Amino acid sequence: MSTRAKEILVIGIVLLFSIIIYLGKVFGWVEVIRFSPLVSMILIGILFLALLYILVLTLKGHLIERRAVFLFVAISVALPFFMTISQSARISPEVQQLYDNVSELPKGSKVLVSFDFDPPSAPELQPMAESFLHYCLLNDLKVIIMGLWPQGPQQANLAMDRVLKKEDIIAKKLRDGKDYVNLGFQAGNEFVIKGMGADFSSMFKSDYSGNSYHDIEIVKNVKNFSDIDFAFNLSAGYPGTQEWVQIAVDRYGLSMGAGNTAVQAPMMYTYVNAGQLKGLLGGIKGAAEFENIVDYIGKGTKYMLSQSFAHMIVIAFIIIGNVAYFKNERGKKKKH
Amino acid sequence: MRREIPLIITGVVGVVFLLQYFIPHWPFDEMSGWFSDWFSIVQAFAIWLGALNLLKISAQKVIGKKSDWGFAVVIIVSFLIIVIVGLTGGEGYRETGTGFSWLYKYVYSSLSATMFSILAFFVASASYRAFRARNFEATLLLVSAFFVMLGRVPVGDNISFFLPDEYQLSQIANWIMTWPQTAGQRAIMIGIALGLVSTSLRIILGIERSYLGGGD
Amino acid sequence: MHLNPRGCHFVGFANVCLLLFLLISLTPSTFAQDEPDSTKSVKSAPLNPPTNIEVSDTPNDAGGSITIQWTEPIPSEGKDIKGYRIFRAESVDGKPGKYKMVGSVVTTKTRFKDGNVDDDLDYFYQVAAVYTASVIEGQELETLAKSRTSSKGNSSAQWFDFRRVNVFVGVILLCGFILYYISRAKAGEKLFIRKIAGLEAVDEAVGRATEMGKKIFFIPGINDMNDVQTIAGVSILGRVAEVAATYETYIEVPVARSLVLVTAKEVVKEAYSKVGRPEAFHEDQVHYLTDDQFGYAAGIDGMVVREEPATIFFMGAFYAESLILSETGNSIGAIQIAGTAMPAQLPFFVAACDYTLIGEELFAASAYLSREPKLLGSLKGQDMGKAIVLVAIIIGILLETFNIWDLSKLFKVTG
Repeated sequence: MSTRAKEILVIGIVLLFSIIIYLGKVFGWVEVIRFSPLVSMILIGILFLALLYILVLTLKGHLIERRAVFLFVAISVALPFFMTISQSARISPEVQQLYDNVSELPKGSKVLVSFDFDPPSAPELQPMAESFLHYCLLNDLKVIIMGLWPQGPQQANLAMDRVLKKEDIIAKKLRDGKDYVNLGFQAGNEFVIKGMGADFSSMFKSDYSGNSYHDIEIVKNVKNFSDIDFAFNLSAGYPGTQEWVQIAVDRYGLSMGAGNTAVQAPMMYTYVNAGQLKGLLGGIKGAAEFENIVDYIGKGTKYMLSQSFAHMIVIAFIIIGNVAYFKNERGKKKKH
Repeated sequence: MRREIPLIITGVVGVVFLLQYFIPHWPFDEMSGWFSDWFSIVQAFAIWLGALNLLKISAQKVIGKKSDWGFAVVIIVSFLIIVIVGLTGGEGYRETGTGFSWLYKYVYSSLSATMFSILAFFVASASYRAFRARNFEATLLLVSAFFVMLGRVPVGDNISFFLPDEYQLSQIANWIMTWPQTAGQRAIMIGIALGLVSTSLRIILGIERSYLGGGD
Repeated sequence: MHLNPRGCHFVGFANVCLLLFLLISLTPSTFAQDEPDSTKSVKSAPLNPPTNIEVSDTPNDAGGSITIQWTEPIPSEGKDIKGYRIFRAESVDGKPGKYKMVGSVVTTKTRFKDGNVDDDLDYFYQVAAVYTASVIEGQELETLAKSRTSSKGNSSAQWFDFRRVNVFVGVILLCGFILYYISRAKAGEKLFIRKIAGLEAVDEAVGRATEMGKKIFFIPGINDMNDVQTIAGVSILGRVAEVAATYETYIEVPVARSLVLVTAKEVVKEAYSKVGRPEAFHEDQVHYLTDDQFGYAAGIDGMVVREEPATIFFMGAFYAESLILSETGNSIGAIQIAGTAMPAQLPFFVAACDYTLIGEELFAASAYLSREPKLLGSLKGQDMGKAIVLVAIIIGILLETFNIWDLSKLFKVTG
């Protein structure tokens, strides 16, 4: 079979699989598929045996292709969505710190939430956004949303739509412009943060829906960062948390916490330790922990099992890779 | 003159930005605001340069039936669809329920998320290939990685349930992330910051000119 | 019921008293126009207002801001303070004019920055504590207890931000070292620069592409020209393009930003001219893909898989796409040299590339490749800065470990 034919075959299989899943969602089959803990354990056992088989193959000198690694990762990420096993994540100190800072805010405090990410990072950051917004609105904190990335405010709207549909939030009868507002996107990266340090209204002439800044009740007395009680930045890159810390925190004394993608989070620990960031949510784990602490069961908690599986698979392949390496090294020594 | 004018602009803007950090008084703050605005304006108009360049190269591929010209057709068609849907959507084109919003949610978001998700596969394959206990340092790194990967998921604590609370894997992972990891990050960040200052100064003073074309 | 004339007088007197009482009670309603619709202001019992209202020019700013501070009152029994409202009046002939609410703060704060003032005018302030009262018929009633009028205050701009003296000293020191060593290098002093493996390999990497008759890809990161990393990347591109032009090897530069497109095109064109082969340069060698992070990654991945370049350079600012790009390059067996100052991406490049320039090495690359004395001098100055930081870290560790003195406070920037 030619390479092109193989490619077309793979695309066909993926398309067919996608159509089946789509129909499953439409007709509700997918939701029905749920593995009991026993079935889940059996599946985990099969996965373990498959990995053991690969280890044996490696010991015999057959190195597996990277496509096999991809297949295992795909299975390990997808399977947990159908499992009913639950895991509780222990709260990390940086997540606890964020919660403590937000929970200490008196009612009516103004919280600035900057959505500096786009759809690719949404699986990690959207759960954080939802649980954070839900907590703020439920506790009568006034939420001012903005974005330094063009797609940020749209992500904020998606999160807000979900949160506003929750029963406890509906009961609060919150109003756009009074209890929360989406100021939209402003181009200019870190210069926007700098401009906000002097005057918010110079950067945001109107909100996302086109209402003039000066007509919005929630920001009537918000001139600059000194009128903001706490800020939370959801960041997937540049401009993001680093720029917020360097300008808004260091220069204007803004009190700020952050939610970052797992890849970026390690760099932010330096800011947490130095007290520049008042708490940090890192990746899905951070999202799941925050959901846990504020008692909001969302996607973070749901994705955590997949994350556990993926970590275990990566560890397994590192072990297999090292077994291959040592076998190879021993072979070399024998030849010498 | 072709080289001197950009160098003068770079120097003046650089010095103004440096001074406005220390001098809050007029005119420095205002001037840095103007320069930022000008940059944003130039950047916004420059988008057309990129877009037209993309269309030109793609069109040339299609017309010349160069290799893989089919992909160029996809680029042109996708480009036109998103531009037309956006422009015909009027002022509220971003509102929920519009064609643009549909494309954003069901096409752009899905495609972007797919690309990002590939990272998970590549992390696994890169770890499988490159994470080897070649020497003492590499082994140390490998062991730390094990602790962090296990400790960052609930399964880590399940495995180490028999240990005292403060020695369970999640606590060890937290310790590694908070102390040794941060120390390493800081060392690299300090080096980077000094490098940034040095490079910026070279650019402001016009010593570094290679980015303007040529070395002299 | 019949009332005698005396009784009528009594009712009349009572009505007058009630009216007077209501008038007094409603005094705070002068401010009602600035309050939310759902609240009503009434006064029921004597309430303690904030005291010690201090008005001062906000220091270290560009003017247009006055800071008001006050002492929190002791709440009367059964009453809670909900927050504070700040009222401002312009000075008219040295006396306060009409008061207007300019802001409100939550209970925990006893400080307010009024950023909407004119440097040419004087102002008076009053701070009112907002006390909670009972909820009647679903409406929240609150009471204001306003302070005495403050002394007159005005704002002005300052010529130096004294909170940043430490940064200023640091900048002067570092710039001083850099300029000193540049001048020494100009004077002809020989400066040593350690070997950087990634940069030593540039010739080898380009040579390999030449031998294989394949392309070279140069990816200058995904940030714009305002990022120093991109500038450093584009500088390296100039040198790589020169080598490629000398070896007659095709170099392709897909970019993610329009301004980078213009700059990179100019740099590559200049490199071809410099080695005497201007005719070999094609306009399409440097081309734009997309501003979108993962769209860019997808575009490059596709090109890498289809065209299988022999060598790939990643020089500039990279984010989560770093591993996606470098693993794809690795999968086709390309020799890869990366350089970035994004600490989070370094492990990925180290895992997937043959050589990686770590952080500051990227910024040193231009000096390293050109061996220009002035550029090398700046590296030496940078090293002196590093030495000072190292000494400060060691002294700080010792002083703070033995609890002698808090050295870190010297490095704090408070605003």
